[in-house]
Amino acid sequence: MTETTMPPPDTQKLRFYQKGTFTVGNRLVSEAERSVQASIDRSNALTCGHRACQGCGEALGARYAIDAAMRATNRNLVAVNATGCLEVFTTPYPETSWQIPWMHSLFGNAASVAAGVAAAMRVKNRPEVRVIAQGGDGGTTDIGFGCLSGMFERNDDVLYICYDNEAYMNTGVQRSSATPPTARTATTPAVGPQPGNVFGTGKNVPKIAVAHGIPYVATATVADLHDLERKVVRAMGLHGARYIHIHVPCPLGWGSASHDTIRLARLAVESGLFPLFEAEHGAVTGSTKIRKPVPVTEYLKPQRRFAHLFKDHDDARLAQLQAIADRNIAEFNLVDRAEVAS
Amino acid sequence: MLKQAEGSHAMAETIALCRPEVICAYPITPQTHIVEGLGEMVRNGHLKNCEFINVESEFAALSVAIGASAAGARAYTATASQGLLFMAEAIYNASGLGLPIVMTLGNRAIGAPINIWNDHSDAMSMCDAGWMQLFAETNQEALDLHVQAFRLAEELSMPVMVCVDGFILTHAVERLDIPSQEDVDAFLPTYEPVQVLDPAQPISIGAMVGPDAFMEVRFLQHYKQTLALRLLPEFSAEFKRRFGRDSGGLLRTYRAEDADMLVVAMGSINGTIKDTIDEMRAEGLRIGLVTLVAFRPFPTAELRNLLAGRKHVVVIEKSFAVGMGGQLANNVDLALRNTPAAPQVHSVIAGLGGRPVTRASLQRVFLRAEAQPWEGAHFLDLNEDIIGKELHHVRKVRRSGPTAENLLRRLGEARSAVSP
Repeated sequence: MTETTMPPPDTQKLRFYQKGTFTVGNRLVSEAERSVQASIDRSNALTCGHRACQGCGEALGARYAIDAAMRATNRNLVAVNATGCLEVFTTPYPETSWQIPWMHSLFGNAASVAAGVAAAMRVKNRPEVRVIAQGGDGGTTDIGFGCLSGMFERNDDVLYICYDNEAYMNTGVQRSSATPPTARTATTPAVGPQPGNVFGTGKNVPKIAVAHGIPYVATATVADLHDLERKVVRAMGLHGARYIHIHVPCPLGWGSASHDTIRLARLAVESGLFPLFEAEHGAVTGSTKIRKPVPVTEYLKPQRRFAHLFKDHDDARLAQLQAIADRNIAEFNLVDRAEVAS
Repeated sequence: MLKQAEGSHAMAETIALCRPEVICAYPITPQTHIVEGLGEMVRNGHLKNCEFINVESEFAALSVAIGASAAGARAYTATASQGLLFMAEAIYNASGLGLPIVMTLGNRAIGAPINIWNDHSDAMSMCDAGWMQLFAETNQEALDLHVQAFRLAEELSMPVMVCVDGFILTHAVERLDIPSQEDVDAFLPTYEPVQVLDPAQPISIGAMVGPDAFMEVRFLQHYKQTLALRLLPEFSAEFKRRFGRDSGGLLRTYRAEDADMLVVAMGSINGTIKDTIDEMRAEGLRIGLVTLVAFRPFPTAELRNLLAGRKHVVVIEKSFAVGMGGQLANNVDLALRNTPAAPQVHSVIAGLGGRPVTRASLQRVFLRAEAQPWEGAHFLDLNEDIIGKELHHVRKVRRSGPTAENLLRRLGEARSAVSP
């Protein structure tokens, strides 16, 4: 290996390991994208000692996203956080888990506060300092949506990261506009003729972000941290408004085992319910293929929030959920037909 | 420099002299001309080194200012009425975080019924939100208060609201003395933040605070405002030395020395009150005025010293807490708490929703305060005729209809009855 092809210090040497039917690890990842997952040299934006639940997808997603952004910006990073789990579990006064300048203002204004930070950095002639806003799905798709859309349309120089666990987990699992149909939450209980969240509601913020024509939009998952990091690095390489929507399972809110967080995140992608795609300036530029599509029931069954579907043998509504996945697969061209045929 | 100018435009010019670095603009009458003026100055290069951001709501306007201020920039915005309510959550946040944002409030009534004209309901709705509130009597004072507001805000790292009567001041064209850049620069030092988001020295701002320290954080906010009680007169004196004008401070008096009756008021209405006092003095009445500049912090001790020993205090205010009465009157009452030989306090609600307050009406109510004192609040120039009719109608008819529309119809009927 010559000097020029040496991987950067934060990347990892080739490793193989087998899990289920997958060969995971670095074999399929180019050297430049191999990141170290545990090392004292890692920046650890979100350091240990925080109070997230065991198996929290959001803590994992945030640590990898912010670490990748720190690497991409040579640690010249400021983060603004919406109210929510991430804010609460990382900063129990007087402690903080954040190794970067970090600010929490309100539930619904993270995008605006970040726009203000970015404006200050411009006026102070600190172009090297980059700004991230982050929040959960409630702070993003509901209460913070106006500020988010404003930040998008002004093309403020902010990367907004939404950690989507599909409900208001911090307040005790209430429905948000990112809650999927049939999911049981505290405000969509699994009772009555249509248990759980109803069909025909909710909004797809990644697609709405694309519709703003902003420089970069991506969806990502904690099941594929290399892909997540690559997207964050890509986003930090651009200026203007950028949006990354990360799917983060919540064991508490979803009624799933802590050790199943990564598996569920992967099944969400492989079932087609959470499509991974990228878009630039209003056009989808690519999507991550599903190598082996799985029926939605494989994703739904390990989660108690969907237990009523199986207890009631609600095949009609399971078919409706499968139809959503199938539409995603068709819309984002998630399955390579030739591979399926073989 | 003396010039003939609209209040809003002159305010914009003066705010520009304060070298704001981030300005957030969202239109709402009657403050719009201020941010329009600033936007033009940024566009044409007159105001350099400044980001002018058109946001999508007042909530975003103050939120952008919060981010900018926390990142070390001098941040400014302006709003009025509903806009202030829409940013309410961010108002408390800015003061709770101790961010020295300056905001102009073009005082306007709050709906419903929707009303764009002047009163002080908006300022009063946020008077306990941790911002300092300074009320301008004239457009000249409005200019001067902005310069002092940035100084005060940054000295204490607390936000300041400069309250300017909508239309009466914001849209009035008059002769104004615009300060020079040299004088403003000499008076207002460069902003040195006490906390700043900087990757070189990472800090966390806005952590969750539990019962162990929350009261202390609140107390320190209050303590800072008590420091402002000392700083405001100091800055006002320093301002006078440099600019040659009396502006700001905590309060001012007019013909108060020997007065048996003192009027207490805030904002532009003080001009009319002074004229009324002159007329009544000419008739031999010993009446004077206390003009409050600072409503927050409230100059309790200074006011008590002035009012104690007088016979009557008449509080004229352009706001009203439904179900309770006048907020300013209540604060004046509080200043007199446990004062021996406290004067009788008479509360007058005047000029709500832009209703003109005339010298004749003021004179009547001042005379009545002495001759026929009332309980609670007196509503100046209330149209009791249409109120009586509406109350009668509501008692008779269950689906009596919307109150505001009913009253407007009755007014129309009354007008057409008297016209030929």
